[in-house]
Amino acid sequence: MNEALWYVYAVVRPFEGAPPDGVRGLDGGPPRLIVHRGLCAAASPVPAGEFDAAPLRAHLEDLDWLAATARAHQAVVAALSSVTCAIPLRLATVCRGTGGVRRLLDSGRARFVPALERLDGRVEWGVKVYAEASAPEPAPRAKPASGREYLRRRLGQRQAREDTWRQAGALSRSLRRTLSGHAEAERLHRPQSARISGQAGENVLNAAYLVPRERSAEFVALAERHGSRVAGVRVEVTGPWAPYSFAGGVDADGGGADGPDGSR
Amino acid sequence: MTVPGRLSDPYASDGGSANLADILERVLDKGIVIAGDIRINLLDIELLTIKLRLIVASLDKAKEMGIDWWEDDPALSGAARRRELSRENEQLQARIAELESRHDDSRDAHAEVVRDE
Repeated sequence: MNEALWYVYAVVRPFEGAPPDGVRGLDGGPPRLIVHRGLCAAASPVPAGEFDAAPLRAHLEDLDWLAATARAHQAVVAALSSVTCAIPLRLATVCRGTGGVRRLLDSGRARFVPALERLDGRVEWGVKVYAEASAPEPAPRAKPASGREYLRRRLGQRQAREDTWRQAGALSRSLRRTLSGHAEAERLHRPQSARISGQAGENVLNAAYLVPRERSAEFVALAERHGSRVAGVRVEVTGPWAPYSFAGGVDADGGGADGPDGSR
Repeated sequence: MTVPGRLSDPYASDGGSANLADILERVLDKGIVIAGDIRINLLDIELLTIKLRLIVASLDKAKEMGIDWWEDDPALSGAARRRELSRENEQLQARIAELESRHDDSRDAHAEVVRDE
């Protein structure tokens, strides 16, 4: 018998009520909640033509497909985490039939249960620092009068840029010190490329903080106040996210993380 | 829109407005990794994320300025990236060798008995 494929977004504790109205999963309908032994998977049936192993592998290389799937995944996780503690699974976790989803809950139980306890009532805030490219000299109307003039201009631009970077670096350090004192945990992510993020300036710091939900307003105000001090340096706060960056914990999938040869 | 218990916030992260890079870095790299029934070789996703990483600019500049606190991320350190690239290189070479030998096999098959692998 050919069982339907189910895409699992997140694991939650069984909760009263339903996911917020209007949230749509990958099938265009609200995510289903599959309850099993005190855990609950949020999942949607998905077409095998897209999510069986071979098509899925091909699709993962398609940035448009990936973007749409990632947004749907995030939308469901965000909706759930607005009403309960949601442990997000990695993109494209797919099971055969609801029986497969229950097996997944069983096999991951030893990680889901502690994660749900540890992260209950917490949200993730993203904090980024950008060094704004100093506004390029108003396009040199006059051509440089000489080679020396040209070099002087170039040098000036470069120094301005490096000053901004230095200030952004210093601000990042002090910001991290401050915010770490107001968060339960911190994770540093790699800086983002402006080509993907579409943000102005160069991303110098890309951090995530785990914060009790009720202290979020305070945390965000702190980050923004701290960020408004330096010209040319911008602080961006995003969230609240489900605790993506903290769900894996230290034991995030022993295999694979260090590369297939296990060397470091 | 207003859900009880929902933190009112101007930074809506619920899909529509959040930037794609923020979403991708979370849904691809973070969260709990657990095998479902559809096994995708992790390597497939890793290659994809490596490609995304290659698009991530400004690392060299940041390092030059001494801003290098992600250096302990093996995915980003120079050595790890070189290893990654040489691994990818080896895989591609192995793949080419495999395809070439199949090609040879199929040519041989014209003259000989078809060999099933």
